[in-house]
Amino acid sequence: MSDVLPNNSIQALDPELWQRGVVESVASLKHKPGALLPILHAVQGVIGYIPSDAIEYIAKALNQTAAEIYGVVSFYHQFHTAPGGANQVEICRAEACQAMGSRQLEAHAKASLGVDYHQTTSDREIRLEPVYCLGNCACAPSVRINDKIYARVTPERFDRLMDDVRTVRVEVK
Amino acid sequence: MIKVFVPQDTTSKALGADDVAMAIDAYAEQHGVDIQLIRNGSRGMFWLETLVEVETQTGRVAYGPVMPEDIEALLAADLLSGSDQSPLYLGDTESIPYLAKQQRFSFARAGIDDPLSLPYYCASGGYEGLTKALTMSGQAIVDEVKQSGLRGRGGAAFPTGIKWQTVHDVAADPGQTKYIVCNADEGDSGTFADRLAMEADPYQLIEGMTIAGLAVGAECGYIYLRSEYPEAHRILNEAVMRAERAGYLGDNILNSGKRFVLEVRLAAKSYVCGEETALLESLEGKRGMVRVKPPLPAIKGLWGQPTVVNNVLTLAAVPFIVREGAQAYADVGYGRSRGTLPFQLAGNIKRGGVVELGFGVTLRELMQDFGGGTFSGRPMRAVQVGGPLGAYLPESQWDTPMDYESFAAEQAVLGHGGIVVFDDTVDMSEQARFSMEFCVEESCGKCTPCRIGSTRGVEVIDRIRANESRDENIALLEDLCETMVDGSLCAMGGMTPFPVMSALRHFGEDFERGEV
Repeated sequence: MSDVLPNNSIQALDPELWQRGVVESVASLKHKPGALLPILHAVQGVIGYIPSDAIEYIAKALNQTAAEIYGVVSFYHQFHTAPGGANQVEICRAEACQAMGSRQLEAHAKASLGVDYHQTTSDREIRLEPVYCLGNCACAPSVRINDKIYARVTPERFDRLMDDVRTVRVEVK
Repeated sequence: MIKVFVPQDTTSKALGADDVAMAIDAYAEQHGVDIQLIRNGSRGMFWLETLVEVETQTGRVAYGPVMPEDIEALLAADLLSGSDQSPLYLGDTESIPYLAKQQRFSFARAGIDDPLSLPYYCASGGYEGLTKALTMSGQAIVDEVKQSGLRGRGGAAFPTGIKWQTVHDVAADPGQTKYIVCNADEGDSGTFADRLAMEADPYQLIEGMTIAGLAVGAECGYIYLRSEYPEAHRILNEAVMRAERAGYLGDNILNSGKRFVLEVRLAAKSYVCGEETALLESLEGKRGMVRVKPPLPAIKGLWGQPTVVNNVLTLAAVPFIVREGAQAYADVGYGRSRGTLPFQLAGNIKRGGVVELGFGVTLRELMQDFGGGTFSGRPMRAVQVGGPLGAYLPESQWDTPMDYESFAAEQAVLGHGGIVVFDDTVDMSEQARFSMEFCVEESCGKCTPCRIGSTRGVEVIDRIRANESRDENIALLEDLCETMVDGSLCAMGGMTPFPVMSALRHFGEDFERGEV
């Protein structure tokens, strides 16, 4: 495992987060048939990614091998094995958005944030991800920021949204 | 008290509906006006969102598209009494031609009230189908669905009644149950009818699944919902909880002694999991790898038990069919495509949204009469119908009637009814390349032609675009596409060539832009 996975153990680093994000998630969901995806969603929902020790822990709880769990984690675009930014920004790359200029939008986003897809800005605020359709295709191009979706996003609007994301974050602190 | 309606679906919210709602609330409070603000579902006229409606003595009047910054002027122009003194005034909502010209079966309730209101759902014919189904035998329900002519709305258009019959006739293993799985992994670009059905009328889907359970003898259902739909997730979870509390789901449905439980399961951003067998693998907690058929899911599906896997709109059509009778549904349609299909106008289109009509309308009628041409105002050039695996259609094919067989005859697919319009700035060789690139991203990896062929496809298209040994590379691309069509287990590899070859066939000039 250590060859494939970055060592992102959190149990020793943050026992409280481990308890809440991994131990409790697994305990509350492992009885469900086909529990793995619900567990992974729950873990990532709390921690932001799937730590390497969580993979081992989930494997034991579900009586599977860590390789099987990692196989599932790596199959789905949803799941990350390394920490990202405080916010996730997803740009729709699918056809309806392409018809409304999403190729220009993604080029602009990458340039203005200084990152490529699957990367996080140097201030750790924004992880940029592609997404293939947000179901908002009548009012494209679409962007998702955490759990909110935005319609008709021009490059200028994108910049304003990114400013807002960072400002709100600072205020919370 | 004045009733004011502000939608809460994804698109309205993406266009600022929450801010609009807040501004109206604040104004009412400040001016002491007694209003009831209802967050309804959307009517599906997304080009008019945020569509604010006000109930007047003569019916509901609409204003749209309302931007948060318009709201002050609108309220000053006496929006709350339904005044027509605003450029955003649209008059009687249901007389708006876009809506008035539709045949709304599955979307009859969309946008009228709070989608989570069970009293409204029941007052508008909701759960009449289930009540009737509880008095019928499973076979009688299956027969009704067969006679309606309903075909799977996910794209494959398989007759629903036949699928249900198979599941009805096969027994689950001892101590196990059969399953109803709703495929809500609506991954096709340009489609959002499932999303609207779930966000604007969730109980209709829940009722349809419950009836399906009674029909085939399944006690457990899953809605496999894409994680890209956070609003639908919230609404469905709440609806399932309320339906349980009211006795429409659970161990003893409406005191009938019948059991049906339902759970919403979140997918994880994988397009191929919209394929039914990959979906089942994913539900079981595995990688979304496509299974070899046979055995069909109807015989060995989820955890090896007989399973109905149907699209959202297929299941959502069932309450109407059981309530109104199969004939009422079959009376509408075209050829072997019976009933209605919610077409979805998307991409570069002036008036995008959901248009539910009987099969047989032409693409041109939809794009011109409903869509009103492109958003950019430039001429339309290409239209992709049926999602990322659907063909691109040039203008010469726009008079094809929208039904499954007519589209198949044009080497195109109707799929889930998504229509993505491109104007004349599109580079079709870039679109063809993207189709292959998308297959690289989303292939489950099981079949070589799909897994490797898509990567080779991107490369060969790049060489054609760069004008490198053009004729040889075009022949190679055609060969590759043929191999993918013939050698892939599922539609991912098997249909990726459709958009690629249609782009090459109908827009060949775009592949000749590179320097010679």
